[in-house]
Amino acid sequence: MNLSHRTLGTAALTLSLLLAGCSSTKLDEAPVENRDLSGGGAAAGAGAAGGAGSGTAQSGVTTVDLSKSGSGGAATGLLAQRVVYFDFDSFVVKDEFRPMLEAHAKVLSANRSKRMALEGHTDERGGREYNLALGQKRAEAVLRTLVLLGVQDGQLEAVSFGEERLAVQGSDEAAHAKNRRVELRDK
Amino acid sequence: MAVDHSQVSPYSVKRSPRTETLHASWHRRRFVGALAASAALPAAAQFRVEITGIGGTQIPVAIATFRDETRAPVPVAEVVRADLQRSGLFRIVDVPAGLDESSRINIAEWRGRGADALAVGSVMRLADGRFDVRFKLWDLVKGEELLGQSHVALPADLRLVAHRIADSIYQNLTGERGVFATRIAYVTKAGSRFQLHVTDADGEGGQIALASPDPIISPAWSPNGRELAYVSFESQKAVVWVQDVQSGQRRMLANFRGSNSAPAWSPDGRDLALTLSRDAVAQIYLMSRDGGAPRRLTQSQAIDTEPAFTPDGRQIYFVSDRGGGPQIYRMPVAGGNAERVSFSGSYNISPAISPDGRTLAYITRQGGAFKVMVQELAGGAPVAITDTNDDESPSFAPNSRLLVYTSRTAGRDVLMTSTLDGRIKSRLLTTGADMREPAWGPFGR
Repeated sequence: MNLSHRTLGTAALTLSLLLAGCSSTKLDEAPVENRDLSGGGAAAGAGAAGGAGSGTAQSGVTTVDLSKSGSGGAATGLLAQRVVYFDFDSFVVKDEFRPMLEAHAKVLSANRSKRMALEGHTDERGGREYNLALGQKRAEAVLRTLVLLGVQDGQLEAVSFGEERLAVQGSDEAAHAKNRRVELRDK
Repeated sequence: MAVDHSQVSPYSVKRSPRTETLHASWHRRRFVGALAASAALPAAAQFRVEITGIGGTQIPVAIATFRDETRAPVPVAEVVRADLQRSGLFRIVDVPAGLDESSRINIAEWRGRGADALAVGSVMRLADGRFDVRFKLWDLVKGEELLGQSHVALPADLRLVAHRIADSIYQNLTGERGVFATRIAYVTKAGSRFQLHVTDADGEGGQIALASPDPIISPAWSPNGRELAYVSFESQKAVVWVQDVQSGQRRMLANFRGSNSAPAWSPDGRDLALTLSRDAVAQIYLMSRDGGAPRRLTQSQAIDTEPAFTPDGRQIYFVSDRGGGPQIYRMPVAGGNAERVSFSGSYNISPAISPDGRTLAYITRQGGAFKVMVQELAGGAPVAITDTNDDESPSFAPNSRLLVYTSRTAGRDVLMTSTLDGRIKSRLLTTGADMREPAWGPFGR
């Protein structure tokens, strides 16, 4: 995605607005602090050009909306099976998924320009960052299996969604088991 | 010092002579001695905050409705009252209408009303559309003015002005810095839509910094409060971004092979520690805020993640499962061995260090429950400060007095704040979305 280096010209303007002047004025006998949030460090009050709409409010937050740009990566169905499931707290690729991985390995080996992402996932229990790392470990396990089956390392990328993209909602073991997985996606 | 003893305190708090400023340590002692959860305080309806426990001793203050505040877009005095009330340290005393900063205050008459302090003020619209908010704080015990302020602000900053006034009152009456003018970032999930929000510390004034169809996790404020680092999955993998909050300008900081996550700013704002899986399993690296080559800090065969700097910038606390399950460790940033910090429990994650460097907060698993734990770093046992079961992501307020964290009630993820002793909690409410991943911003907005 090339959203990164879009610049808005307002940045420089806004920096100068933070914590503007603290000059003292008298308000009766009490000590007075004058805190002007609106001027660019210039004198408060009188003579500021424009109305309430001018200037940049220091409380401002600008929304960036990614749903207006397309997000990539939908897999095209090459082989029917694309999910490897894992036991609780385990990173072992079980034998039952071997034929499926061999089929994918064959396709990838036959076409070295083909690339695949291996997306690791966990169930919903535990911390988001730790689960991200656990999902990554599962994805790496599938990656190593595919490399042993002849796929080149550079064709594969192991990534993780942790618990962020559950396949099944629910907090029973049946749901957890469906969520502990690695999904194979064409890139 | 006049303290309201209308509620029972298990500790005998002596009245001491009123001094210029209330001494911080004295205040802390009194605060610790406060009685837990004695009554539910009904928060003003328009402020979506619920108090579930209140300290036993509170400073009675009167906050007059500011003259002409009904003509302003923000009810300034109302925001001030709600801030002070939510802190649990103040009791709001009723005030007759019609007072402002130029009113003559009859001290003798006010003594009979049972308030220690009185704030009065006005909100005036200037010709250029801005507002001039003036206020005075009276010490009714000594019968003198404590301070007067004039804030000139754009309409969009009036809520910030109200929070700053509340901070001034809080600091004058407690001797400690308030956090009402600070901000909290958090993530919501509604359906399959993710939003990174920035709100005032009272949960109001919410604005959206990032909206995405893909998950967003782990927001972290830069020490100057201008930027947020976070993990976005918009490119179908975990990538660390840095976004200027005010302009919305964003840049990719770490997009290496594998996952990029868990950004944590160094206290000087020059570097970020983060977790990368580009060389092996998840390991912790250090990167300049401007990007460039990451330097690997951990060298283990296990998962190392969730780095958190100490305020002096010399050490990093982090999570590692090198010993089996996840536990909290610390290591020098300059290099050297990691030492284990957490010893009780088989699953301890998400360390946060208080800005004063005294306290560690983290999440522990007890049976099937996840709880916020607080531990004095100078020594002392970890203490659970919640009675909920699905706590996540503790983050300290910049004054080190409060924590914000996520919990789950009635099937919904909510944001809670709590004092470090767990006695005063408030809930920041939203409508219809799960709230998660809170990060309390620094002082100095």
